[in-house]
Amino acid sequence: MQVILNGDPADIKENSTVAELLEQLKIGRERVAVEVNLEIVPKSAYDLHTLATEDRIEIVHFVGGG
Amino acid sequence: MALENDKLIIAGREFSSRLMVGTGKYADFQQMVRALEISGAEIITVAVRRVNISDRSKESLLDHIDLKKYTLLPNTAGCYTADDAVRTCRLAREAGLSDFVKLEVLGDEKTLFPDNEELLKAAKILIKEGFTVLPYCSDDVTVCRKLEDLGCAAVMPLGAPIGSGLGIRNPYNIKIILENIKVPVIVDAGVGCASDAAIAMELGCHGVLMNTAIAGAQDPIAMAEAMKLAVIAGRLSYQAGRIPRKLYANASSPIEGLLA
Repeated sequence: MQVILNGDPADIKENSTVAELLEQLKIGRERVAVEVNLEIVPKSAYDLHTLATEDRIEIVHFVGGG
Repeated sequence: MALENDKLIIAGREFSSRLMVGTGKYADFQQMVRALEISGAEIITVAVRRVNISDRSKESLLDHIDLKKYTLLPNTAGCYTADDAVRTCRLAREAGLSDFVKLEVLGDEKTLFPDNEELLKAAKILIKEGFTVLPYCSDDVTVCRKLEDLGCAAVMPLGAPIGSGLGIRNPYNIKIILENIKVPVIVDAGVGCASDAAIAMELGCHGVLMNTAIAGAQDPIAMAEAMKLAVIAGRLSYQAGRIPRKLYANASSPIEGLLA
């Protein structure tokens, strides 16, 4: 299904949960934060939150900065 | 030494080092790790950005940072509205599981000066949501007082534009802030070399935050050490109490017993 992932259109597995998406992308859940349609998904909800078509998903982490 | 029991206290948390450093602009992670270590800093700033989905080969910053040793201070660098800054802070809290944030809301790209109106708006929302807010702000006592009244854990007036290396351009403004604000005052931005950091500390600032001055130096490791020493020297010099400035000389050697 089509979603917007970090600003770009992406095709991800139908009915994936946030946890499954992170797994597909090989991103460890510990050091990221995930937002879906401008709402933060808490880490405790990664296994429960099912993504839908056209969701706007942001996956962020820390980078060097001042 | 007077410094032994001289802790910096922010929102009830004690820190021994009064130097806070950024993690941006280093040649590589190895150089950053070394510079952080030599600087003695306990609080380090980080930025929040999108994970690169297409290229997962790049190492992650946190693979190189010992979280038992450092307190992360995520920033809202690059945010120009209160909404964007608040959103970034919420993401940072979720990623880092800490509520410390360096709040910056910028006014324009050329100066990177703060937009104080948006800054106050964001600070109000974040404090309500339980964040410990350390705002980067103008060297203006009125703004600092408003930030303090809202409940910010510190105020962080700029010494000069971010990354400019111009030093403390208006020490009198910083002095006025120090005399009127009870929360810690940390000079954030503008420091170029060790003497600039010492000047901030000699004014009585509780700490100094810098990134470019260290990361952009020809030898960042040496500059990290210089900054560490300058902050300690400046703090001691402030505590020691300097002599008053006088226009004319005052001989150090006795007049008595002169040969002629």
